[in-house]
Order: sequence, then structure tokens, then C-alpha cells
Amino acid sequence: MAVMQMQRVSICALKRDRKAILEKLQTMGVMEMTQVLDDESGFEKMDTQGARNTFEKKANLADLALDILQEYAPEKKSLLSSLEGKKLIEKETYNQVAVQKEEMMDIASRITGWQKEIAECRANIQKMENQIEALAPWMSLDVPMNFEGTGSTSALIGAISGEMTLEAVYSLIAEYAPEAEGVDVTVLSADRDSTYIVVLCLKKNAQQVEDALRQGGFARPSQIVSEIPAVEKEHLEAEISALQKEIEGCQKHITEYGDKRADLRLISDYFRTRAEKYELLGQIPQSSRTFFVSGYIPKKAVPAVKKAMEEGYDLVFDVEEIQEDEEAPVLLSNNAFSQSVEGVLESYGLPKKGEVDPTTIMSFFYVFFFGLMLSDAAYGLIIFLACFIVLRKYPRMSQGMHKALKMFMYCGLSTLVWGVLFGGYFGDAVDVVARTFFHVDVPDGGLIKAAWFVPLNDPMRLLMYAMLFGVIHLFMGLALKGYMLLKDKQYMDFFCDVIIWYVFLIGLVMMLLPSSIFASISQLPEGTFPPAVSQIGKVMAIAGAVGLLLMSGRANKNIALRLALGAYDIYNVTGWLSDVLSYSRLLALGLATGVIASVVNQMASMLGDGIIAAVGFIVIFIVGHSLNLAINLLGAYVHTNRLQFVEFFGKFYEGGGRPFNPFKLTTKYVDVKEETYL
Amino acid sequence: MSQLGIVYALLGAALAVLLAGAGSSIGVGIAGQAAAGVVTEDPSKFAKVLIMQLLPGTQGIYGLLVGFITLSKIGLLGGGMLDLTPQQGLLVLAACLPIGIVGLISGKYQGMTSAAAIGIVAKKPEQFGKAMLFPAMVETYAILALLISILSVTNLSF
Repeated sequence: MAVMQMQRVSICALKRDRKAILEKLQTMGVMEMTQVLDDESGFEKMDTQGARNTFEKKANLADLALDILQEYAPEKKSLLSSLEGKKLIEKETYNQVAVQKEEMMDIASRITGWQKEIAECRANIQKMENQIEALAPWMSLDVPMNFEGTGSTSALIGAISGEMTLEAVYSLIAEYAPEAEGVDVTVLSADRDSTYIVVLCLKKNAQQVEDALRQGGFARPSQIVSEIPAVEKEHLEAEISALQKEIEGCQKHITEYGDKRADLRLISDYFRTRAEKYELLGQIPQSSRTFFVSGYIPKKAVPAVKKAMEEGYDLVFDVEEIQEDEEAPVLLSNNAFSQSVEGVLESYGLPKKGEVDPTTIMSFFYVFFFGLMLSDAAYGLIIFLACFIVLRKYPRMSQGMHKALKMFMYCGLSTLVWGVLFGGYFGDAVDVVARTFFHVDVPDGGLIKAAWFVPLNDPMRLLMYAMLFGVIHLFMGLALKGYMLLKDKQYMDFFCDVIIWYVFLIGLVMMLLPSSIFASISQLPEGTFPPAVSQIGKVMAIAGAVGLLLMSGRANKNIALRLALGAYDIYNVTGWLSDVLSYSRLLALGLATGVIASVVNQMASMLGDGIIAAVGFIVIFIVGHSLNLAINLLGAYVHTNRLQFVEFFGKFYEGGGRPFNPFKLTTKYVDVKEETYL
Repeated sequence: MSQLGIVYALLGAALAVLLAGAGSSIGVGIAGQAAAGVVTEDPSKFAKVLIMQLLPGTQGIYGLLVGFITLSKIGLLGGGMLDLTPQQGLLVLAACLPIGIVGLISGKYQGMTSAAAIGIVAKKPEQFGKAMLFPAMVETYAILALLISILSVTNLSF
């Protein structure tokens, strides 16, 4: 349970070692860079924007080439491949690839070049296909489309809007150009919108005939080719198949580079890390001979960095403690079990300066509550095994994912335990199967007895326990607040805000215990608690209330205002009440899992006995329980989070710390093997 | 006359499932529209917004829960239906009302809160944990209603 202590480290070194030192720091990856020297005379910052852009562009080019490779020479990936994480490679391999970076970039640009060519060819093919389509109505024309006519005749080639018969065209000409003689009309084709025709007439009548046709909506074709359409089509088709061959050629070239994938990934990461380095280089102050870097390093890693720096180079290595007014970045350090819920804490906010890291305490409650809300042994086992297998199979998945799965694995275990305690194995599946298929008389309480009790038969009892767990959880939160106040040596606040509240609340609870209301709820016989408990409780509650009334507004000099604030603080007890009631969700969600599971079992068993019914039973069983598991898993996750965030953190924790973000090899595809320093 | 008791009781179970289920479907519907909008822009957020969309779905489950407990209480499931007086039937009906009515209203409002929380996820996906809290707040009251309904139904003695 700790926030890792940070120290500010400043390094002043010679410029000639700049590259080596920065690279060493980058591979160690334990230093967050924050420069302190600003506008100091004699120091200047280098403009590295250009170099950075070049590297970023190269990294992007390699990424693009990889995407193209994936398109044409797809790598087989399993469904769970996103869990695989980055591949771990040796440092030597990384350095070797860096040597052939020019060659790799050449390959990348060739791949993207071919891709471009393919795209162009495809565009051309599309264009030609459009042309072929436009030619379709003219296919039966056996002269070129720009055919004007012979010595004494004119040819009018075009389309008339609307569907028209041959007779209709003749009558159109007869009506508007009666003087024209020897007109010959051929209908090439017709569709719903147009009729395509060729009209031959004497040259002297050409104008009148055309005018006559225009009355019917005649127009010359918009696209005229100087070839016989059928021949033109053949030409186009030949060109298309040539282009297609070209595409195939390019594709073949690209697929030939499929085995370069691993190297391309490396090179992409290589340029990405260089871009990162140059970004830092642009931020650090440099004089003509020296440069200066400063940042935070976890205290634990400082000696290792110091050793690595001082052994290799001439430099000044300065370590300082964090100043009072300085907000250091936050890195959590927890045991292997509690680590798994760090992700949950992060999603709320890391501890800010002066706050304790609540992860360890939260982790126990988290797993405990999660199991209680799901509480089915079979579901727990499924979750546990699924997470366990995935964790085993993909050890290199990303850290956040690893933590989350580990958390669910522990939660599954807890669910298993709670399921055994409450006797839930797929709800009441065992009893239902025994009754339906084996005709066993199920005794009261089921074949497998609950190790503790069955919540559905005794909800009041579980409600009592849920609230008891809630009170423990909340008191733990208050205790953590006290711990933080003590750590800050605010003894007065500790007494007024923590101790008095404890006295007040414990007093109230003790007053409640011997009452008949409590007895009826808890089903304990009246008189379990002697009346003296109530008397002591009364005294404590009154003392606490008076203490709060007098002390809560202590920051104010004005007596009236102070008492008013004190009274208002006492009113906060309603907040405590609603917080405790909120833990009733432990009961509600626990019951929901069990009851829906029983509904599923009941539905499945309605088919009766026999082979077909058994098949039906299995289908309904699998579908129903998968659904129930999914929806209750979501519910348990959301509400466990809520109990931590609202009820527990509400007592003591604000969050808002800045996560530790070290200068490191920011890679996308591979991790370079390196010693760990944390 | 004795038949009327079981009618009231069954009406109670029906109302619990019906109203709470309607509330959840309204809520999930509202949240789903917002979720679909986010996925059009950024399909990678699918898993996160789906979780958000499902949050108002629990009221329907709570309604089912109470409905089921009620049915088994009045012996409709295992055969051997209880012979309830109208008063007893009305008691069962009254016990079912909290989750029905609160489920309907909280389901709708939780859906609206979920839709707003989906907006948070769309712009700041790293704030998922906090975004999830707002809809979970609304649900508290459905849980309280569920609690009273369950306690009433199971503790009715006849």
C-alpha cells in the first residue's frame, strides 16, 4: 500500500555524450522528464521539430506498409490475438534492424507505391467499365458512331427520349418534314427512357429531318467514339484485362514482402522511439558545451540510474527530495494480489499529494463484495478458469489488461466461495436435473446443502450481514481518514472529525441493538443484548453529538455560526444511514443471480424427460446461463465499483494525482528486452 | 369470491415485471440511441458504450425477480395454488408495487443518465470509471424498492 516515493534528479553532462545518455535513459524508462530551467541565460533550446517530423513520417510509412501487407497477405490471427501483447525481442535484434533501416524504408515505400498503382488501375478500370456501359445501347450499330453519311446521304445517329416504335418515328418525320423522301429509320435498341435510332436521309433533307426528330426529343449521343461500338468494347475489355494483370502483378510483389513484416514492425518502432527522443531533445536546455536534464525518478531506481550514468560518462548527478509545493507524479506499488485492482483506482483517480494509496484495503473489500454479489459457485469457477487460462496463454498482454483479468480471476474465486456458502451451483441446477431426469425426490434444502444459508429463504439475515459488511467498510474508510490526518500531524482534526464520529456512530448502533426492531429484523431472540448496551450507547451517542455540535465548526470564531455548522454536521448522520442502506445492493444483486438462474433452470426443465428434452434442456441451459452470467457480471462489476467509489472513497479519498509517465521506448509492436529497475 | 385473491396476487406479479420491464426498455432504448451515435464515429468504443447501455437494464431483472418470487410464493409454479382471500391477494399486490413503479421511473431516468454518461465516454474514454457512476446512482433507488418488495413478499405469511 504505497505511493512510490519520487526524487528529483538533475543531470548536467557534456554535449558529446548527449545521444548516449538520452538513449540510456530512454531504454531504462524510469525517469519522467520535467525541465526546470526556463529562460535561463546561456542555455538555449534546440529546434528539433523538423527531425521529429521526419521520423514520425517514416514510422507512419512503415505502419502504412504494414496495413497494406495485412490487406494483401493477411496474417492469420485468432480471436484472442489482441490479448497477445507485444513481442519481446532481444536488444541485439533491435540494433541489427536499425542498421538496415534505409533498406527497410525502401521496401516500405515500394509497398506503398504498388498500393498506389493498384488504386490507379482500379480507378481506370472503373472508368472503362462506365464507358462500356454507355456503349451498351449502341452495340448493334455497325458503323462508327461519328459516321456522317455517304456522298449523297446523311446519317443521324442519336437517341429519342421515351420509348418509341419504328412507326412512331416515321410518322414524326412525316408530320414535321413532309418534303423529305427516302428516309430510312433503324431502331437500334430501346429502354424505358430512350429509343436509340439511326436515320438515313438525303443530304438536302438532313436539316429538316433533324428538326423534325428534335420535335420528338432527339439528341446526338453525349459520348461519341470514332469506332464501331462493338469493336470499341473489345478494345476496352482488352485494356481492362491488361490493367487487371497489372494489379495482380503488384499484388504479387506486395505478398512477396510478407516475410518482411516483423522487420517493418521493428523499424516502425525504431523511428517512433527516435521521434520521442527528439521531442525531448527539443525541450532540454543546452549551452554550447553542456546540456541539462531534470526529472522525477522513483527513489528505488535512483541508485541504478546513478550507477549507469556515472560509470559511463563525465557528468554531475544531483538528487533532491521533492519540495513541499511540488506535485510529484504518482506511481503505485502494491503486492501481487492488490496490484490487480490498481486499474479500478486509476479509473477513479490516483492519490493526490499527501493521500494514502487505498489499493490494498480496497482490493480485499473489492473481491469480497464482488463475490457476494455474484455468489454462484459454478459461475465463479467459470470466471476463474477463463481468466486463469487466458493469463497463462498470453503472458505478454498489456499491463492494464493483465491486471484487469487478474482482478476478475480473484473475483471469480471469491464468487466460488460465496456460491458454496449460499449453495448456488448454476442456481438450483443440480436439484432440477435430479428431479427432471433422474426422478429423485429432492429433499428440503436441495441435494447440495448450502454451507452457510440460502439467501432466498432468509433474506433478512443476509440483509443484516450486508449492512454489517457495509459498516465495517465505512468505518475502515473513516479509519483511513484518521490515518492521513495523523500522518499530517493534524491531531485536533483527527480527534474532532474521526474520533467523535466513531463515538457517535458506535453509540447509535449500540442503542439500536437491544431494541425490538433489531430483534425482529435479525431474528435473534429479544434480550440477546442486555439493556445496559443501550444505556452505554445512549451515553456515547449523546457525547458524540455534543462533541460534533461544539467542534465541527471550530474554524469559525462566531459562536452562533459554529453551533449552526456543528448542528449541520450532525445532520450528516443521514448520509451515513443512506451509505449503510446502499449496501443492501449486496443482497439484491446476490438474489438476482440466483433467482434468474432458477428461472432458466425451470424453463429448461419444462420440456420434460427424454432424449429430445435433454437436448433442449442443454441448449436452454447454456444460452440462459451465459446471458445471466454476462448481465450479473456487469452488475457486480458496476456496483462493486460504486460501493468503493461513492461510499468508501467518500469518507476519505479525493484522488487527482498525476500518473507517472516516464521517458521510455514508446513502441507499438515490440518490447525490447531490458532489465527492470522498479 | 375466493378466486379474487389469486387474481390480485397475480396482478401484483404482472405489474412488477411489466412496469419495471417497461422502465428498463425505455432506459436501454434511450441509452442505445446515444451509444449507436458514438459507435458511428468511433467503433472501437463499442464495448464501453455497450456496458453503459446495459446499465438501465437491471430494473427489468429486478421486476422479474420479484415476479418470480411472487409466483412461487402463491404456488403458481410448483402446482398447489394457494387459496388466497382478497385481502391476502391485495397484500401481495401492494408488496409488488414498489419495484414496479420505481423500476419504471428509475429505468427511464437511468437511461437518460446513461445517455449523458455515454457522452463522457465519447469525449474522454479514460473517465469511464466516473461516467459509470452517474447511472449507478439512479439505480440505488430501484435497489431500495426491490429490497422492500422482496422483504414484503417473502415475509407475508399465509
